[in-house]
Amino acid sequence: MKATVHVTLKSGVLDPEGKAVQHALETLGFSGVNGVRQGKYIEIDLSDADPVGTHDRVDAMCRQLLANTVIENYTIDISE
Amino acid sequence: MKAAVIVFPGSNCDRDVAVALQRAIGTPPVMVWHRDTALPDLDLIVVPGGFSYGDYLRAGAMAAHSPIMREVKVRAEAGVAVLGICNGFQVLTEAGMLPGVLMRNVDLKFLCKDVHLKVDNNDTPFTRGYRLGQILRMPIAHNEGSYFADSDTIDRLFDTGRVAFRYCTPQGAINGTGNPNGSQRSIAGILNDRGNVLGLMPHPERLAEPQHGGTDGRAMFKGLVEAFS
Repeated sequence: MKATVHVTLKSGVLDPEGKAVQHALETLGFSGVNGVRQGKYIEIDLSDADPVGTHDRVDAMCRQLLANTVIENYTIDISE
Repeated sequence: MKAAVIVFPGSNCDRDVAVALQRAIGTPPVMVWHRDTALPDLDLIVVPGGFSYGDYLRAGAMAAHSPIMREVKVRAEAGVAVLGICNGFQVLTEAGMLPGVLMRNVDLKFLCKDVHLKVDNNDTPFTRGYRLGQILRMPIAHNEGSYFADSDTIDRLFDTGRVAFRYCTPQGAINGTGNPNGSQRSIAGILNDRGNVLGLMPHPERLAEPQHGGTDGRAMFKGLVEAFS
């Protein structure tokens, strides 16, 4: 099975890198860019055969290591 | 005082702080590799600066889950003093031993320069060598030093005297000019609830000898020795 995890900054947390990307896009002439927020995309290959419990296990991975929940949210997708 | 310095792959201030400790104590601290799982009898554990695990994922995130950190947490809960400097501060927040998180500097630049700090709490083993309100000069060298926590946590840190140091101007003004990295309310160093864990971004061990160009960091190590002798 494969788990894909998106880690994003919580709203209200300043993202200076996203701001810099936004400014760069504006410099390139792209108008109408109201905001840019950066995050992380993580793919995890799992040996799990049974999807039951997999989501909980990946959720624990996110809470313990992959995301810092002080500043970050995460979403999990599990696929075959 | 019996002291240990934790060494991770990528630590680079472990020897600097060991020298500062040896000068203050008279004997060298124990150097403990991150894969070790036991610590000797200790008064102080230092989590040093550097780039543990290459700052992979987030600064300090990997080191926070090193085998030795389980024992560091147990000792901290038993009252042993723990000092996290720079990357060590990042490790302690990632380990949940201090609240908040150190984010990318607001101007996206790695900062390597001397800054000024104001002492906000000198009633701790780490800061007893300083006067309340004293202005210190110390070097910083970090890319992720912008202290962030939710506003309730920040208020609680101030209300309970757990802000140890704030960035300031050379004259002692706490404002945007004196704040190098965008830290909330200019926070440079904080304590845990119990007051036995301190994390700070500036490097006291790098300004502890006249040959360093200043000695403002030395009082932290001398104060610790006095507290534990």
